[in-house]
Formats: sequence, C-alpha cells, structure tokens
Amino acid sequence: METYEFAVVGGGPAGMSGAIEAAKAGVQKIAIFDENPTLGGQLVKQTHKFFGGREHRAGKRGIDIASAMAKECHGLGIDVMKDTVVWGIFKGNTVALYNEGKAQRLTAKAILLATGASENNIACPGWTLPGVLGAGGIQTMMNVHRVLPGNRILMVGSGNVGLIVSYQLLQAGAKVVAVIDILPRIGGYGVHASKITRLSVPILTSHSLKEIIGKDRVEAAVIIKVDSKNKPIPGTEQRFDVDTVCLSVGLSPLAELAWMCGCKFLYVPELGGWMPCRSEKMETSVPGIYVAGDGGGIEEASTAMMTGAIAGIAVAESLGYLTKERSEELRKEKTKGLDPFRCKDFGFRRVANEKLIENIIGSKGVRE
Amino acid sequence: MRILEHPILGKMPPRKVVKIEMEGRVLEAFEGEPIAAALTAHGICVFRYTRVRKEPRGISCAIGQCTDCVMVVNGIPNTRTCVTRVEDGMKIQRQE
Amino acid sequence: MKKLSKSAAAKGVLKREDLGRLPGMPSEKRLKKGPVAIIECADEFPCNPCEAACPEQAIRIGEDITNLPVLDEDKCTGCGVCISACPGLAIFVVDLTYSQKEAVVRIPHEFLPIPGKGEVVKCLNREGKIITEGGVVKVINPKRNDRTPVIWVAVPREFAQDVRAIRVSDTG
Repeated sequence: METYEFAVVGGGPAGMSGAIEAAKAGVQKIAIFDENPTLGGQLVKQTHKFFGGREHRAGKRGIDIASAMAKECHGLGIDVMKDTVVWGIFKGNTVALYNEGKAQRLTAKAILLATGASENNIACPGWTLPGVLGAGGIQTMMNVHRVLPGNRILMVGSGNVGLIVSYQLLQAGAKVVAVIDILPRIGGYGVHASKITRLSVPILTSHSLKEIIGKDRVEAAVIIKVDSKNKPIPGTEQRFDVDTVCLSVGLSPLAELAWMCGCKFLYVPELGGWMPCRSEKMETSVPGIYVAGDGGGIEEASTAMMTGAIAGIAVAESLGYLTKERSEELRKEKTKGLDPFRCKDFGFRRVANEKLIENIIGSKGVRE
Repeated sequence: MRILEHPILGKMPPRKVVKIEMEGRVLEAFEGEPIAAALTAHGICVFRYTRVRKEPRGISCAIGQCTDCVMVVNGIPNTRTCVTRVEDGMKIQRQE
Repeated sequence: MKKLSKSAAAKGVLKREDLGRLPGMPSEKRLKKGPVAIIECADEFPCNPCEAACPEQAIRIGEDITNLPVLDEDKCTGCGVCISACPGLAIFVVDLTYSQKEAVVRIPHEFLPIPGKGEVVKCLNREGKIITEGGVVKVINPKRNDRTPVIWVAVPREFAQDVRAIRVSDTG
C-alpha cells in the first residue's frame, strides 16, 4: 500500500494552499485528491474579480486564481489525482479512494480535509420542482458548463453569493426579477448590491419565500413580507412569473470524513452548523487530521487560502520540515491574512466563534 | 440554452459533438460535458419522477452532492447526471 | 463610521447623504476642474486593489485593508485606471468640463454587446431607472483591464452625478 507524507482531500483554494505551503517547506510526497475533472473547487465558477489584499490575489478573477494555483501545484511536484473520490478514512490514516471504476487504499502521515460545503435549501411548497436550484448550482451550470436552465429568475438570499450570482446571471443574458431576503438588511457587501440595483434588479428585504408554483417546472413564485419577528404578514403576497428560483440561503460544511475519523464536532449556527473543532493550527481533535476552508466552518475563498496554508505549515512542522520557530513565523503571516476578514461589520461573528471552537480542544491543539 | 458568447468567458471554443439518446430522442451534446448540461441545453428539465408521489425532479446542486438529478444511464439507475460526462451512444432514461 | 441610510442598507442604493460622507468623493470645487475619480465604496471589508492600481498614489487605504478608500483629489488626474481595477465596480470618473452642456461619465461595463463609439445608450441611475440617453464617446478595453471595458458616455450635465450604468439599446 502506497504511503504519502501528506494527503489533501479536496483541490480547492484551501486544499491547494495547504499542499503548496507544505511543498515549499520541503515535504516530499504530497497528493491532492479531487472528485472533479479539474482543480480549483468553487474557484472554477467565480468569474468575478476577488477582494482582499495582495496575499489573497485581490483583483484577479476566481477562474484565473484556480488555474494559477493548479499550475503552482504541478510545478511543485505535488501528485494531483482528479476524478478521484475519497470515500472513507480508516484506522492508521488509511485513505480509501475510488477512481475510474477502481478502488484503492493508501496511507498518509498527515491528512488535510478540505472538502468544502454544500448549499442549504428552503423547504416551502413547490421547492422540489425542476427549476429550483442552489445559487452555486446555477453558477456551475452557466459559468462552467455554459448553459442556462432558465431565463427569468427569482434569487432568494442577499448575501454575497446571492448578489454575485445575480450579477453573473445578468452577464449570462438572464433576467433577475428580484432578490429577496428575510432580514431587514442586505447581507452582502454594498458594492455587490449596487452593481445589480443600478441594472434594475430590485432587492426586497424583509421578504420571505412563501411558495413556488408549477406543474412540471417552476412557473411562478410567491413572496410575502415579514414583520420584525420574521412572521409573514397576511395580505402582502407578491407573485413573480419566473421559470427559475435560486436559493442562496447559506452553506453547511461537508464534514462526513471528519465524522468518520472520530473528530470532535461543535454546532455553530453562524459558521454553517456542525463543524469539526480545530486548533489555531487547523488540527482537529484527531492527531494528524487537519481541516481547512469551508469544510471547517463557512467563510470564503480568500480565508480558505489562508486556513489551508496554516494547515500546510502545521503539517510541515509535525513532519519535521519546519522548526517550531519558523512555523510560528509563517503562521503569524497567514493569520495576518485572516484578520481583515474577521473584524468590523462583516467579520465580527467569526471572531467570537473562533474562540469557541478553539476552547474545545485548546488553541495549541492535541499535541501539546 | 447554451451561452455561446460571454463577457468574461469569451466565445465558446469549438467542441466535438457526440450523440446521446433520451427515450427515443437523439440529442447532440458536446464531448466531455455532464449529461445534465446537455439535457438543459435542449430545454429538458424533468429528469425523473419520484417513486411514490410521481413528482418531477431536476437539477438542484449541480455538483454531485444532492442526487436530485439522477437518471438511468446505459441501464444503470441512480447515476448523477450533473457529474457524469456524456459519451457517444449513451442511452438516458428518466427513472421512476 | 456613520451608519448608512435605510435605502443603502435595505435596498442597496446609496443616497446623496451616504455619498456625501464618503472619503472617496471629490469636492464640488475639484469636480469643476476636470475629470476625477468617484469612489462609491461605503462598506468596510478587506479590499485594496484600487490603492495599488493608482499611478499617482491618489487613493489611500493603508495597512488596515478594511479602511474605506480615501481620495486625494489634488493628486487625482482622472486617468481612470482605478475603474477597472476595482473588483466591486464601484469607481467612476466624471468629467464636468467635457462641454458646455454635457459631462462624461466613465462606467465599467462587463456585458455584451459592448457598445461602439457614437452609439446612443440608455443611462440608468443607482436605482436602475432610465433617466436619460447618452452618446458613447469612447470605449476603453485593453488587456490590462482584464475584461472590464470602460465606457465613456456623454450625458446632459445635470445627470452626471446620477448616471451609473448603461443599457445598450435593443437589449432587454
């Protein structure tokens, strides 16, 4: 059975960053496994320019960040196995893979789970009709596969994903009849909202989705105003003739492999629900198993790059490639890259919850 | 509907055409694309009917997580069409 | 930082009162002198490509990249490089001195079709209402813009501070 020093499950921004940092520190046998035909995770559908600072590759389009990072991985001699599903992790850090009809097992001294997240749904009448998709789902269809499943769309959720995908739907030639949000405030950045309001897409806050109407597919959607306690106000229904309803109502970490490994979990609603606890080095309660990116709590791609890097640095230290001091230095640098996303109006929730997560197994992790 | 020209993605590059068959209908698809994309391009949105209540289902997450889009592909049921790539001569059926 | 208006928080539309408070806004005095950047960035989140892009160092964010961009209107030449550098497409350049009756608003426009010089386009305000028509004076779309063309539209002067989007006629 083949042995790797470092196995990374998931080739998105977190996984690639982890592998890259470990490789730069000198870790020898590194593999990234991804179930998709290309590396990049969610980056491959992000056609917009990224925010942040230089370390987050701000100003570059997500699609280009994906190919640049993939190129870096190949250049560093990291083994990349695409179209490969990691379906289990067993005793002794045994990784079970499935690829092209063949099952395989290998072991790794350290494993990084960078498996991302799945989209949430709203279970209102009609929610299962063809034409109801996740916002990320429609983004995949239009930006990766270049097909539009509909032309008249109601977007539910005004966080950054809902706002950005609405803009991208306009770019793809579709009409977005409205963006709704149950809260009284828009969830995402003002600039993302302005980009679509100035193109005649109304944003209706304090509105909820009441029902979706249609026989074999979406034909209309009914929204309703809510009061300050989020209770629907009868008589305020509004009907939109649409063929598509996009749900952009949050993400939940995909943490099945962490459950399998026996990692300790915590339920943190602000970060997407059940998530594996981890130290500031991104190590879970199981020694040698690390977690980064959305799989370790919902945040965004820019922070996934940082948490992935922190995990990679910790792995390199644990395998003896970095001294404690050097590892501390590098980690401080990457943490600096996280701080701007964890402060002020948009980041305050993260800070409080980070403390909560670290308290479960201690910020230094299980090794000390 | 296919997006032939896009302000960021550019023009669709030339792609090899393959033929798949869905319940007697021959459909043109691009080699390498997921079955779900090909069907969507042809305006097909009902991929199956649920077993008990016969409710129509289609694409939901589009990345292989939710299994809403499963169909019978070359005789194999529960195939996730959003992550399974088309092949020339593939036979697709709605499962019930 | 002062709270934004209800219109901004609930509808995504910045009002005059929100804009007037922003450090990225030039003064009336500076606007009368010639083309200048208008940075309509009102939320504090991490982002600083505009600072790096400006060849005159006229935009300052500083070490804390969640700071709102501050415009140094005396250093700003109105070159417009920042328009396509801004990932939020929140920067415009306004030239009130274009002619007696018209001003030019330079707008980032990431849509097809890209209008051509001389074309007449519909001009929309921040609420997405069509408020006037404008003539396309120039289209800037070099490789450096990374697929963010900048359209120079000539509009009646009184609309210069309201026009923030265009719609190419015969699109939906």
